[in-house]
Amino acid sequence: MSDQAIGSRIAYVRREAGPTRPAPIMTRGVFAWVRENLFSTPMSGVLTIGSLLFVLWVAPDTFRYLISDAVWQAPDGVACRAPGAGACWAFVAAKFEYFMYGSYPRGETWRVDVTLVLGLALILWLLIPRLPRKGMAAFAFFVVYPVVAFFLLRGLEGVLPIVETNLWGGVFVSLLVAAVGIVASLPLGVLLALGRRSQLPFVKFFCVVFIEFVRGVPLITVLFMANTMLPLFVPQEWTPDRLLRPLIGVSLFAAAYMAEVVRAGLQAMPKGQFEGAMALGLPYWKMMRLIILPQALTTVIPGIVNSFIALFKDTTLVAIVGIFDFLRTVETARLDPVWAGPTISTTGYVFAAIFYWVFCFAMSRYSQMLERKLAAGRRR
Amino acid sequence: MAASPLVKTTPVTNDIAVEIVGMHKWYGEFHVLRDVNLTVRRGEKIVICGPSGSGKSTMIRCINRLEEHQQGTVVVDGVPLTNDLKRIDEIRRDVGMVFQHFNLFPHLTVLENCTLAPIWVRKMPQKQAEEIAMHYLTRVKIPDQALKYPGQLSGGQQQRVAIARSLCMSPKIMMFDEPTSALDPEMVKEVLDTMVQLAQDGMTMLCVTHEMGFARQVADRVVFMDRGEIVEINTPEEFFKNPQHERTKLFLSQILH
Ligand SMILES: Nc1ncnc2c1ncn2[C@@H]1O[C@H](COP(=O)(O)OP(=O)(O)OP(=O)(O)O)[C@@H](O)[C@H]1O
Ligand SMILES: [Mg+2]
Repeated sequence: MSDQAIGSRIAYVRREAGPTRPAPIMTRGVFAWVRENLFSTPMSGVLTIGSLLFVLWVAPDTFRYLISDAVWQAPDGVACRAPGAGACWAFVAAKFEYFMYGSYPRGETWRVDVTLVLGLALILWLLIPRLPRKGMAAFAFFVVYPVVAFFLLRGLEGVLPIVETNLWGGVFVSLLVAAVGIVASLPLGVLLALGRRSQLPFVKFFCVVFIEFVRGVPLITVLFMANTMLPLFVPQEWTPDRLLRPLIGVSLFAAAYMAEVVRAGLQAMPKGQFEGAMALGLPYWKMMRLIILPQALTTVIPGIVNSFIALFKDTTLVAIVGIFDFLRTVETARLDPVWAGPTISTTGYVFAAIFYWVFCFAMSRYSQMLERKLAAGRRR
Repeated sequence: MAASPLVKTTPVTNDIAVEIVGMHKWYGEFHVLRDVNLTVRRGEKIVICGPSGSGKSTMIRCINRLEEHQQGTVVVDGVPLTNDLKRIDEIRRDVGMVFQHFNLFPHLTVLENCTLAPIWVRKMPQKQAEEIAMHYLTRVKIPDQALKYPGQLSGGQQQRVAIARSLCMSPKIMMFDEPTSALDPEMVKEVLDTMVQLAQDGMTMLCVTHEMGFARQVADRVVFMDRGEIVEINTPEEFFKNPQHERTKLFLSQILH
C-alpha cells in the first residue's frame, strides 16, 4: 500500500515494523563527502577550484626551494651563495648546537638534554590520560623537578661546574621561559580571577588593579620594568638573576591574561552549582577546588591553550632585555660571515617558524583531544 | 521596627528544629519577606505554598543562609544564624536542600556526587562514604546508576540522586524547593514517592511545592505565603476544606479546579 493511500485514510494503525533500507548512494561515502564539503553551493565550488589552483601554483616553487634545490651538506656558505641555490640547511646543521643551547659550554650540554628529557617525560606522564598516578606526577613535576632542573642547569658547587645564566640560550631558554610562564600563570591566574570576584573589597581592588594594569601595557614594557624595577625592590645582594627577571615578568603578564580567561569560565558557571555545593556545607576553597574550578576550567580549555600559545610565541620578546632565546640565536647566527649569503636569513627564519609552529600546533591538537575526552559523558 | 526581644535566647526545649522570629528581608529597596514567624518541631513536615514570587524560595533559603536576612532571628537546631562562616557551614551540613533544577555536579559520577560532601566535609573514609551512598541510592531505587554521570539520567532519576546526595550527609532537616516542577509529568510520582517514604521515616521536612496531593498525604501543617508574608498556617484538612483568608481562598480556587 502506498504512503499516499495510507495518509488519505481517516484511521490507520501500523501492524508490522517498516523495512530498514541502506541510505541512497548519493548520500554515502567519498562522493557524498566531496559534494557536501567541496561543492555544496556554486560559491563553494568556485572557492574549491580557486584554492586548488593556488596550491598548484605555489607548491612546486616551495618544494624546489625547501627540498630539491636546498643545500643539505656544506662546510661553509660557499655552496649556499651559488645562484639558484635553495634553502641552506647546511647552515642550520652547522649552527644546530648553538640554536639548541646558546653559549652553554659544549662539554656540559648533556645537562640540558637530561633536564629536557626529564621534563618531557614528566609532562607526558601528566598529559597522557591513560597513565596512572597523576597526583604523584604532579608532585614530581611541580615540586621536585624545578629544584632538580635548577641544580642541573645552574650547577652545584663541588659537584657540577656552575654555568652562569648569561651563557644560557637557544631553544633551551625559549622552552624554559615558556614552561615557567605556563606553569606559573595558571595558578596565579586562577587566584587573580577568584580575587576579582571576591566579596572582600581590598582583595578585589588589588586583583582588578593588577589585572587591568598588566593587561593595559605591552609585554615589552612589563619586561623592561621587571628588568629595571625588580632590583630596586630588594637588597643589593638579593638582586634577581638577569634571567629570573624576565621569567617573573612573563609569568605576571601571562597570569593577568589567564585571570580573564578563567573569570570567563567562572562567569559561565550556573548559580545552581555554587548553591548545590554550599548547601552541602562545603567551605569556599573546597567548593572552588572540587566543584567550580574543574568545570569552569574545562569550559575554557580553548582559551587557556590559546593563552599558552600566545605566551609561547611571546617568549621571543625576552630577547629585548638581553636574553638569548631561540629566535635571538637565529638572528645572531645569520650574521656569521662564514655563512653570510642571500638565502641564510630565509633559511633561519623558516627553521624558526617550523619550530614554533610544531609546538603551537601540538598544543592546539592536545587541547582539542582533551576537550573531546572531557565532553564525553559529561553533558549537562 | 525594633529587633525582636527574642534575639539572644536559644530554644530551651530541644525538640525545635527551626525557629524563625520576626524575619525581614529586602532585595535592595524591595521588601521580599515581611515579619515571617515560623517554628518547626523535630519530625514535623511543613508544606509551603503560595503564588509565584511570594517569597517561598527566599524564606527557606534564609534557613541555610543561601540568602541573608536583615532583621529578626533564625535558629536552626539550636544554633542562631550569624555571619560566622564556620557556623553557617555547620548548619548547612545538617540541613539538606533539594533544588528545582537538581544542581547535581555534572563532572562527577552519581556515586561521586553522593560521596563528595561526606568525604570532604565530614572527613569520612572513602569506603564508608561509598557504602552509605549506595545505601541511599538503593533507597531512592537507582543503585544501578551509581557509575553514570548525571547528564545520562532522566530528570526524575537526577532528582532522586539529589535527594540521596543530601541524605548522605545525614541531615537533621530536609528542605525541598519545588522538587518536581521541572519534571515531566510521568516522573513526578517517582520523586514524590521518595519524599513520602522519607516523611514516613520521620525526617523533619520543609517542602515548597504545589503538589497538593502530597501536602494532604504527609504535611502536618500547610503554610500559605503571599507577597512576602505568611498569610495562613493550618493543618492540611482545615487548610483545604476551610481556608480562612481571602487570598488563600483565591489561591486555592486557582490551583484546584
Ligand atoms: N536575587 C534577587 N534580587 C532581587 N529580587 C529577587 C531576587 N530573587 C528573588 N527576587 C524577588 O523576590 C520575590 C520572591 O522570590 P522567590 O523566588 O522567593 O519567590 P517564590 O515564591 O519562590 O516564587 P516561585 O514560585 O516563582 O519560585 C520575587 O518577586 C522575586 O522577583
Ligand atoms: Mg521559588
